[in-house]
Amino acid sequence: MNSFKLGYISGVILLAALAAAGTGALVLTAVGASPLATYVTIFTGPFKDMFGFTEILVRAVPLILVALGIAISFRSGIINIGAEGQMLMGILAATATALYLPAGLPHLVLLPLVLIAGAAGGGLWASIAGLLRARLGVNEILSTVMLNYIAAQFYTFLLRGPMIDPGELETGSGTPQSMRLPHSAWLGRLVPGTRLHMGLVLALVLAAAVYFLLWRTTWGFRLRAAGAEAKAARYAGISVERSLVTAMALSGAFAGLAGAVEVTGVHHRAIENISSGYGFAGIVVALFGALHPAGIVPAAVFFGLLLVGADMTQRSAGVPANMILVLQGVIILAIVSAKMYLNNAYAQERVRRFFARRPALEPTQPGGKS
Amino acid sequence: MKTAVEPIRELKLAGITKRFPGILACNNIALEVRRGEVLALVGENGAGKSTLMNILAGLYQPDSGTISLNGQPVRFHDPNDAYARGIGMVHQNFMLVPNMTVTENVALGLKRLHRFMRLDLKDARRMILEVSARHELPVNPDAYVWQLSVGEQQRVELIKTLCFGAQLLILDEPTSALTPQETDDLIDRLKRMSAELSIIFISHKLNEVKALSSRVAILRHGAVVFNGVTADHSPADLAALMTGREVVLPRNEGLDLGGAAILSARGLQVRGDRGHLALDGLELTLHAGEILGLAGVSGNGQRELAEALTGLRPVESGTVTLLDRDLTNRSPAVMIAAGLGYIPEDRHHEGIVPSFSVKENLVLKDIGTRKFSFGCLLRLREIARNAEHLKARYDIRCSSTAAAGGSLSGGNIQKVILARELAREPKALVAVYPTRGVDMGAQEFIHAQLLARRRAGGGVLLISEELEEIMNLSDRIAVIYKGRILKVVPSLEATRERLGLLMAGVADE
Repeated sequence: MNSFKLGYISGVILLAALAAAGTGALVLTAVGASPLATYVTIFTGPFKDMFGFTEILVRAVPLILVALGIAISFRSGIINIGAEGQMLMGILAATATALYLPAGLPHLVLLPLVLIAGAAGGGLWASIAGLLRARLGVNEILSTVMLNYIAAQFYTFLLRGPMIDPGELETGSGTPQSMRLPHSAWLGRLVPGTRLHMGLVLALVLAAAVYFLLWRTTWGFRLRAAGAEAKAARYAGISVERSLVTAMALSGAFAGLAGAVEVTGVHHRAIENISSGYGFAGIVVALFGALHPAGIVPAAVFFGLLLVGADMTQRSAGVPANMILVLQGVIILAIVSAKMYLNNAYAQERVRRFFARRPALEPTQPGGKS
Repeated sequence: MKTAVEPIRELKLAGITKRFPGILACNNIALEVRRGEVLALVGENGAGKSTLMNILAGLYQPDSGTISLNGQPVRFHDPNDAYARGIGMVHQNFMLVPNMTVTENVALGLKRLHRFMRLDLKDARRMILEVSARHELPVNPDAYVWQLSVGEQQRVELIKTLCFGAQLLILDEPTSALTPQETDDLIDRLKRMSAELSIIFISHKLNEVKALSSRVAILRHGAVVFNGVTADHSPADLAALMTGREVVLPRNEGLDLGGAAILSARGLQVRGDRGHLALDGLELTLHAGEILGLAGVSGNGQRELAEALTGLRPVESGTVTLLDRDLTNRSPAVMIAAGLGYIPEDRHHEGIVPSFSVKENLVLKDIGTRKFSFGCLLRLREIARNAEHLKARYDIRCSSTAAAGGSLSGGNIQKVILARELAREPKALVAVYPTRGVDMGAQEFIHAQLLARRRAGGGVLLISEELEEIMNLSDRIAVIYKGRILKVVPSLEATRERLGLLMAGVADE
């Protein structure tokens, strides 16, 4: 029985890997690239030097932060699809704080203020959806997606207008980006010569904090109860409405913080396309990591690997960028399906029966003919 | 309907054994059912009834043993195999799509009506009317399922199963969600239907078993401990066989413990979900040291009353007073803190958080108290200790207190709720249908606990449809009718007949 289970698990994983690799190979062959070379590049390329390796973590940082927020909201029974918009609002708030506060504030004062501003920006933006849901029953999926559009346009408007770098106007190039943040608002580098920044430490600390919050405090207990069964939570004296608003605001704050970390740690100014879809990928990371910090961190690193590997493939193996997106999609689908099969007892039973080859009618176990 | 199916004259199970990790769910079980016979299958929660029936319905494969139909061994690989041989199961939780009509629901499972791009609904409708006429199961084939009462939905399930060609019906606790009137009606109908069918009837309620079945088989710990003719045994005998000991449902000893009023409702007006006045000027007072039974046909405002008292439903006018404090329209948290306990009707989704562990569910209401948290930090060790203590004291049967609450059987979920509520030593306890669908052993236990609460000076408002339960336990009995208390009678003066009349809205004197 146990040997069957082991065989089942390894079989499913093997099949999933083969399915993903096979589908990917078809797509790659169709565009005239070598599947093998592409795979090798994706999975080993980033590990060839320190820069590649640290880049994985650079990508993982915003993913971890966004996914932690998503985990809080999903666990609390409110679905936040608006991390992308909340991230942009966080970036705006962080950038504005760094640029427009009186110059000369010391690093240890300015940087925390900037990060808090980012979290507040994302949190406030998300609370709109939270309040609409709690007060008026507006579906939060609808409202967060709509708020994403508004945030995206607002972001572009500010970067092309009021917040644009005056230098861009002088030279006439007009690139939509803000001024560079003062050095005192930058997150320190962890490894010199790479882009890896202190945000990683912050993300890991917050991952532990989220675990602690959700599973070790009365606050988290109530949030989870409200999310798991609102009726029972209400019965037990928990204000479900308040819990929804809190969870949404907190979730948005994490997305906003992800934005603030990205701008203070990597780009040092607000630019277009800065979120690179982290707000959406973060949802996948959160679900992939089973809405638990201990799952989210490795899931985010894995996604970071895929992102960096894809970049490298584009450069070295000459595979078009869009094909890499297809490949990512295929890999993720295969893994998610495999997980479903691993957890599904019925599927396991069916496979067992199939291999058991219907062992005739006679009893196989001593039933005891007493 | 399906003429190809050979009629079932006799079904025989021999040596059926099924093991799950850690338990022997069915141990060498032998049973037989003949055409025209009703076999009652009884046993406590977890005795193996459901496993056995799932084997018969093709959902599980037995580890060993044989099933034979009309003397021929058969093997069901999946539920379709069982259906093809004429075995149909009606599950405890209805498997109907609410926003489809009765006809559509039946057609859903009738594969032969599904032709390319077309579904022959007319044929399904015709079949429904035919089955409904033949078995005297009136139903409107064009009604939407959500419009039907629970009793009517039960009939739709029966018709659906018969339309699929079932000749042997397995009914898994078919009466657990029905009102007493609907139950009597169903039992009458099943009795008439049994002339040309075989029926296996699973139930906890021994009076129903007595009324309906010709033979009874009792399962305990996965084995058949008794198999005989129903008429030869009294419900008390059967109860003793079921639990392995004599079961005596405890009674209120009647000594007046008379105390002060602790919970009262004055002129309560409350709206129901559909916006109608569910309570219309209701007056009720619960005293310390008393069990006040609230009898009535369900749907007369019981649920709204319980929710208004516990702060879960807004009160339009009138007052709710707990221990001399006016707590009208205060939040559930305030009511809980003021000493009100509540055993809700919906134990699976309101009484517990199903995905939370048993130990978490046991502190659902008290997580913020000093005992279970320090500041905002949970005291995990204390929470675990509390769970072990309550598990032993309230005989909660679960593999571990870390198991999900929703994975427990109905009776054990009820014990979790009871343990949590009683451990808080509530001044007043509102208990709604506390023993609905639980087995005799658990029922005995729950009754004893409610009486113990009374002796300790607490007041219990017992809302129930079981007249026997109310008469056994209550000091006084209030009858609710159309949102008002029609009359309050001392328990000693109450008879079934008098209560029955009051419940029907006929005020005496």
